[in-house]
Amino acid sequence: MTGDGKKYWLDDHANVKKVIWALFAVCALLFLADFVYHKHSHFEAENFFGFYAIFGFVVCVALVLVAKWMRTFLMRQEDYYDAE
Amino acid sequence: MMPSEFLSPGIFQMLAALLVPLFYGQWRNIYMAAIPIVAFGWTLGLNPGDRFEVAIFEVSLVVLRVDSLSLVFAYIFEIATLLSIIYAWHIRDAVQQVAGLIYSGAAIAAVFAGDLITLFVMWELTALASVFLIWARRDDASFKAGMRYLVIQVGSGVLLLAGAIIHFRSTGSLAFDFLGVGTLGTNLIFLAFGVKCAFPLLHNWLQDSYGQATVTGTVFLSAFTTKLAVYTLARGFPGTDMLIWIGATMTAFPIFYAVIENDLRRVLAYSLNNQLGFMVCGIGIGTEMALNGTAAHAFAHILYKALLFMSMGAVLFRTDTIKGSELGGLYKSMPWSTTFCIVGAASISAFPLTSGFVSKALIITAAAEEGHWIVWAVLLFASAGVFHHSGIKIPYFAFFAHDSGKRVKEAPINMLIAMAVASALCLGIGIFPGYLYDILPFQVNFVPYTTAHVITQLQLLMFSALAFTVLMMKGIYPPELRSINLDTDWVYRRFLTHIIGRAISGISAAYEGLAALAGIKAERALRSGLHYTGPHSALARTWEIGSSTLWVMILLAICLLLYYM
Repeated sequence: MTGDGKKYWLDDHANVKKVIWALFAVCALLFLADFVYHKHSHFEAENFFGFYAIFGFVVCVALVLVAKWMRTFLMRQEDYYDAE
Repeated sequence: MMPSEFLSPGIFQMLAALLVPLFYGQWRNIYMAAIPIVAFGWTLGLNPGDRFEVAIFEVSLVVLRVDSLSLVFAYIFEIATLLSIIYAWHIRDAVQQVAGLIYSGAAIAAVFAGDLITLFVMWELTALASVFLIWARRDDASFKAGMRYLVIQVGSGVLLLAGAIIHFRSTGSLAFDFLGVGTLGTNLIFLAFGVKCAFPLLHNWLQDSYGQATVTGTVFLSAFTTKLAVYTLARGFPGTDMLIWIGATMTAFPIFYAVIENDLRRVLAYSLNNQLGFMVCGIGIGTEMALNGTAAHAFAHILYKALLFMSMGAVLFRTDTIKGSELGGLYKSMPWSTTFCIVGAASISAFPLTSGFVSKALIITAAAEEGHWIVWAVLLFASAGVFHHSGIKIPYFAFFAHDSGKRVKEAPINMLIAMAVASALCLGIGIFPGYLYDILPFQVNFVPYTTAHVITQLQLLMFSALAFTVLMMKGIYPPELRSINLDTDWVYRRFLTHIIGRAISGISAAYEGLAALAGIKAERALRSGLHYTGPHSALARTWEIGSSTLWVMILLAICLLLYYM
């Protein structure tokens, strides 16, 4: 069941770095893309430059931080209910 | 009389399911796959307006009522049945096979039900049949989870029946059309639908049971129960303002749980809950575009959710665990499952060219067009969040992340076929949305692929991915831990059991005190009772057939005498 000793592309840390840099590059391009098209907005906020990008980033960081904080009072041992 | 004149495709499927145990080996597989194919062909032949009623006592039950709304749900239910069956081809467990087919058949029959009584019967049948998909794991934990599931599901049916009766008493109608909240009867029906639809605070049966069902059972479960509830809400309560807020809440709060949940099938159950929120919101908005969005999203959602549960089921099947803390690096030994999982993940995240992109946009745009800016922002937050916890977390912790060292076989071929077909449908709907739009209840005037929509959606998603990556690199992202999180099930698994336990020990103490006081008298009374009715008493004696016949003859003779007297 354990490791077959074969080396995979993602096993190399340098390749993981490449993936991450590719993501950064895609994000940068998408952010700048707001220059080149016209938004059909329903709300004023949407016209803010890079609104969707900023919104997506901020709410996800907030989501994770709040969820992490929720662990402090919601998390229990796996066998919590076993003594039912 | 043609069978189509007194059955619905769903009832046909349930009847056909009963014959499954008569077939063996490959024949059983072929037979089971043929059932939803026949039902699907049958449904294709139905036309809006088709109707069949049976009269029972003085009530006319509408067993078949066909319109564009029921057809969309019937189509996707039949496709989901077929996929679930193929996915489960390797199992040799007649209980699960029959239960799965009756369950999905009842859901299809419920979609065609034109009156509240037929709906109630099918509603309860889905509950009774589906619990066997949880119990079929045959261990203590799944038995208990199944019992909790059954109590809640049957309870929902009881609410529905009570509501239907009160509604009938006040209006004289059992027809299942627009109901609207406001009277006691319709409020009860609304609540019954809400329980099954996993409304906030009524939701926890979903995560509790879907995490406990069998590998193949959860795939079945994910498709029908909650989407049947979505259908019934769309039928009975479109445009109910309350649903906008209920739906928006549903999209948002389960994703916090999904981020910190360790059991990956429970993560999917939380994201299922979040996706239901979009549909419920669409029903609440109630415009043609929003209702189209709800139907389209239910259609797309059933496919990608089943696909995600299939991939996680394959992981559970091969590694015997589904905990994020134990998994990782499985892409090396399960490359196909990984690929299909990513397609499902992309679809639920609504990437362009996938089904979620063309269906969810209808609901979000409808919310924006009606000027609900808070709801719109919540839906946008939920869209970014769903990519975070379902789109990234699921494939990442199962197949990538830290290599767990597990090297297993790829999923069985039938599982791969089911996942491949589901993936193809997810992409097909995303690339050619016209086919889905054509079967929606109303005319669609919406172009999903505009430059603005594609770019804004990609911005939202890629920056959500960026947030994940940055939080991971900084070590802020909460690690997968062997743990569980308290949810509303705590109320009935801990709080109420504690209170009831205290009450019971109080009552039994009081009883023992009373029994000691009255002990002697009670025992005497019991003894004299036993003398006449106990196991060795005259009344309990078994008689020979001859003497019985004699007694019967004597009694008949007495009757005869009395008659002539």
